[in-house]
Amino acid sequence: MPASSSQLLTFIRKEFAHVLRDRKTLLILFGLPIVQIIIFGFALTNEVKNASILAVDYARDEVSSEIISKLKASKYFDVETTSSSHLDILSGFQAGSAKLAVVFPENFASDLRHFNSAALQVITDGSDPNTANTLTNYVRSIVIDYQSENFTTHGNASGIRAEVRMLYNPQLKGAHNFVPGVMALVLMLICVMMTAVSIVREKELGTMEVLLVSPFKPELVILSKAIPYLILSLVNVASILFLSVFVLELPVKGSVALLFAESTLFIFTSLALGLFISVRAQTQQTAMLISLLGMLLPTLLFSGFMFPIENMPKALQIISNVVPARWYYTIVKAIMIKGLGIGALWKETLILGGMGMFFLVVSLKNFKIRLA
Amino acid sequence: METVIKTERLSKHFGNFIAVNEITFNVERGEIFGFLGANGAGKTTAMRMLIGLSKPTSGAASIAGFDVYRQTEQIKRNIGYMSQRFSLYEDLTVMENIRFFGGIYGLREKMLKAKGEKIVNELGLASERNKLVASIPLGWKQKLAFSVAVLHDPKIVFLDEPTGGVDPLTRRQFWDLIYARTLEGMTVFITTHYMDEAEYCNRLSIMVDGRINALGSPSELRQQYAASSMDEVFFKLAREARRTDN
Repeated sequence: MPASSSQLLTFIRKEFAHVLRDRKTLLILFGLPIVQIIIFGFALTNEVKNASILAVDYARDEVSSEIISKLKASKYFDVETTSSSHLDILSGFQAGSAKLAVVFPENFASDLRHFNSAALQVITDGSDPNTANTLTNYVRSIVIDYQSENFTTHGNASGIRAEVRMLYNPQLKGAHNFVPGVMALVLMLICVMMTAVSIVREKELGTMEVLLVSPFKPELVILSKAIPYLILSLVNVASILFLSVFVLELPVKGSVALLFAESTLFIFTSLALGLFISVRAQTQQTAMLISLLGMLLPTLLFSGFMFPIENMPKALQIISNVVPARWYYTIVKAIMIKGLGIGALWKETLILGGMGMFFLVVSLKNFKIRLA
Repeated sequence: METVIKTERLSKHFGNFIAVNEITFNVERGEIFGFLGANGAGKTTAMRMLIGLSKPTSGAASIAGFDVYRQTEQIKRNIGYMSQRFSLYEDLTVMENIRFFGGIYGLREKMLKAKGEKIVNELGLASERNKLVASIPLGWKQKLAFSVAVLHDPKIVFLDEPTGGVDPLTRRQFWDLIYARTLEGMTVFITTHYMDEAEYCNRLSIMVDGRINALGSPSELRQQYAASSMDEVFFKLAREARRTDN
């Protein structure tokens, strides 16, 4: 083996030893994503029982009454029938006393008989999106059940359609958006903070000097610190995806390979950011503080994970463009939820890559200047 | 006699501040050369130029025949370095530290194993070889740090205040290690502010305000300054200093 790659291997081995020996770091590295996914995933996907719902029956015919009886009979619902208006629905939602409302329009049964097609309206409280989803699905399945027992749908008749309206949260932020958000957050945390702290630790301990005096090139010092965190981050991505697919039952619609490739790019950008911070920070605490305040907080606020970017004022939207996690979050959502490929995502990918290169070049330059 | 360190009017400026002001001195092969001076006198800055960590502003210097401006890579391969803080990784074991530092100097697996064994046996650390460095006593850490610094048999080893915080007996043992190496032809460049250690050196220089104000063997300097100890020599010189730690 040529001298420099065996040197690199020696160095990487040492870095792994550092990481794996530090219990606290290990806990954050692996515990955090798993805990987050499990807690939030299960909190959001609990089966709902005895949800209180409103049935507004303008039709008052045999079809609507039968469907309402079925709803009443279901263990999922506690039905309160009101014949009054939509306003009741709104106040019910606001008070939290109803989670869903089913509205039967006036000519429901006759529309069904004559046109083979009728629509009932389902209005849900979208501020609890997963519950909203779940309840809507229950309603749908009950309606389909009824339909198959009593009607046969001919040719192009659409039978009973449930038109769903999601109030308060039309974007349906929930578990679907949660997994990409966790991925972005966790990768940011690991790559930026841990790398920065690791490099600054060498400075603090005085071992950085020794390394710089050795024939080991400074770029390789940095590379060998980045590689363990790259590998560990990819392991984390894999475990998050595993949990998401098999435990939360949120499949990846698009290409898993592309997802890993984009994740690697984001990891690279985050590592470069970590390096950027480490060049300036003098102590480990500074490095950690800058990472948390300067990186994690903006990621939480501006990535689109917690608050939709479109709803932000223009100025904040511009700021969000600078946050690398925003682009990664968009990419992951597109791949996981919409199943898009590189053709649709090349712009975001380029931006992410460009940011990474920028941080890398600037930090290496600064690193070298400090040496002279 | 081979000159392994040559400097000629070596200087380092930081803006308007002249940290190292045209120092000139030579070190011969096998010598123990003491590089003394008060804090703030410019010792560390000067040494950093010699070990390739910073580029001089002006003047010339060569280490083991390699130029400090253009051949820092070769210099690094031919020198060893031990820092004030011993430069060992506390969360790695004794053997892991040896293997790591040996590895980055390009020592092969078999050679590393053999040398590692030799070191732990010589230092009496055989039973601690798989213990974390954090758990071994300070004196042993120091000796281990030195052994690791010279693992690759460099021509010159630079020691930056290597005996801080260590008891006199351990310091004596440390110097035994140093002597053993110089007998084998290694050159030792050591900075210290323990004046009794200055006596152990073959020759030494004393820096004041960025300049070398004294250069010679301990006995020569004592004569020159009519002093009975190196302490006194240092005191007489340091009194003239205008730069201090502050």
